[in-house]
Amino acid sequence: MKLRRDSEFHSDLKLRPHFPLLVKNPGLHYLDSAATSQKPRAVLDALRDFYETANANPHRGAYSLSVRATECYHQARVRITQFLGVRDSDCLIFTRGTTEGLNLVAGSWGEANVSRGDEIVVTAMDHHANFVPWQTLAMKKGAKFRVCELTPDGRIDLEHLSGLLNKRTKVVAFNHVSNALGTINPIAQIVRLAREKTNAILVCDGAQSAPHFPVSFDSLDVDFYAFSGHKMLGPMGVGGLIGKREMLEEMPPYQTGGDMIEFVYDDRTTWNVLPHKFEAGTPNAANAVGLAAAVEYLDNIGMDRVLSHERALLAAAQKRLASIEGLRIYGPPAGERSGVVSFTMTDVHPHDLATILDGEGVCIRAGHHCAQPLMRRLDVPATARASFYVYNDESDIDALVSGIMKAREIFGYVPA
Amino acid sequence: MSFPRSSAEVAALYQEMILDHYRRPRNKGTLERADASVEVKNPLCGDEIGLQVAFDGDSVSDLRFSGRGCSISQASASMMTQLVKGKSTEEIGAIREQFRDLMLGNPPAADDAQLGSLRALSGVARFPARVKCALLAWNALESALAERAS
Repeated sequence: MKLRRDSEFHSDLKLRPHFPLLVKNPGLHYLDSAATSQKPRAVLDALRDFYETANANPHRGAYSLSVRATECYHQARVRITQFLGVRDSDCLIFTRGTTEGLNLVAGSWGEANVSRGDEIVVTAMDHHANFVPWQTLAMKKGAKFRVCELTPDGRIDLEHLSGLLNKRTKVVAFNHVSNALGTINPIAQIVRLAREKTNAILVCDGAQSAPHFPVSFDSLDVDFYAFSGHKMLGPMGVGGLIGKREMLEEMPPYQTGGDMIEFVYDDRTTWNVLPHKFEAGTPNAANAVGLAAAVEYLDNIGMDRVLSHERALLAAAQKRLASIEGLRIYGPPAGERSGVVSFTMTDVHPHDLATILDGEGVCIRAGHHCAQPLMRRLDVPATARASFYVYNDESDIDALVSGIMKAREIFGYVPA
Repeated sequence: MSFPRSSAEVAALYQEMILDHYRRPRNKGTLERADASVEVKNPLCGDEIGLQVAFDGDSVSDLRFSGRGCSISQASASMMTQLVKGKSTEEIGAIREQFRDLMLGNPPAADDAQLGSLRALSGVARFPARVKCALLAWNALESALAERAS
């Protein structure tokens, strides 16, 4: 992704009226979209519409209602792959979210291909969901688990990464965007480096990129990309794993049961074709349809505009927060971050800050952001994190800043 | 559990007593001679409490805490050390149960005067996400008493 100057960005979206929860709570300033996004009316309508007009078990019935459910589910898959730049829609496996997608790769590809003496590389900024599955796999298989260090300003240390990669490396896992810092990682460089020095599979955690800027899986040239629907205006409980066809074809099933089989005999079973091989049991068709409505909504805005809007809000927030004495912002400069600002204050603990902000109607996240290895390196137990999305505007930043001032008033400013 | 949260509820949480113990913690540091020494962490928020306890017979003769965390966890630890010093393990057990009740928002026990300054933490009950912070030091004390008993 090409980064541009702040002056080219505009925070001109006025979408709050599309979000029923925000409409019902006019005093609410929701700044925790990196955890989960609010849902537009269009998505809620799509869910209701599916259940009212198409609900049956897909792939099962000979009757037309089941055929209709199957068709809705299939169309959702096609629509979402269009959004994420995947030509072959069979290569999108619906999952519960990013976590399940990453566990699928570790549990299927990893189980079958990683053995003693192999190496797995992750980064110190990865979310636990792209860290622990690989650590667990490495321990089980006797493989070496290696963690790429970060630069002091919270970027992947490419030199260190380069030193970690070799012909024994079987997996390189990294996030596209850090959920804790907002760092946008240089995927093209990472991919080039890894392809040059290893024959590893490249696994990209896209939970924080798919919602916020244009993503084309086919041009990323990673082998797997996992994402969550609920962070991109879709319902909870649905997301996806996109994989290259040749990888997915070779991989053994992750879970077994209905739908994923072809023939079941007493002594053996053969597997269904993609994507069904990896979707055991009744699929989450309604939520897939909801997610398709979410990407439709995002496409109607245009992902370039989504990016521009968030960038402008981030720049404004960064400027105002940086001027508060004793407030420290983590991560690279705002121009290299997604719409996330992670910070601490010398005198107010992040949890106290979050509680006081809650009293002012401001929702932020306080904690380790499921990235304890990162927090340890930053040498803080927790940070406060505000994150922006399409429904936020400058008034949310005003509320954040005045809430921070109120916290300081309660606690009394003590310089470090 | 109220949503949205009012700023009055938040103001009621941050009693001056809590802020005072947070800013000027009592019994913070280490003991030269401790009979039990424990460390507990809240993995959700990274808060840590270390606790050292010295006993005289069945009573806690002295104790110190260390660690870092939010105002609720640190103030609760500071108040606890003041309250339990000189008390028997049985008395401490009774206070602990009452304090747990207070945190769960159960009607206060009849003789809640025993809770003393800890009553300043009663507002925490309305913040389920923060109850663990207030109980962290008490979990440490429970472990220390168990360590001593074993």
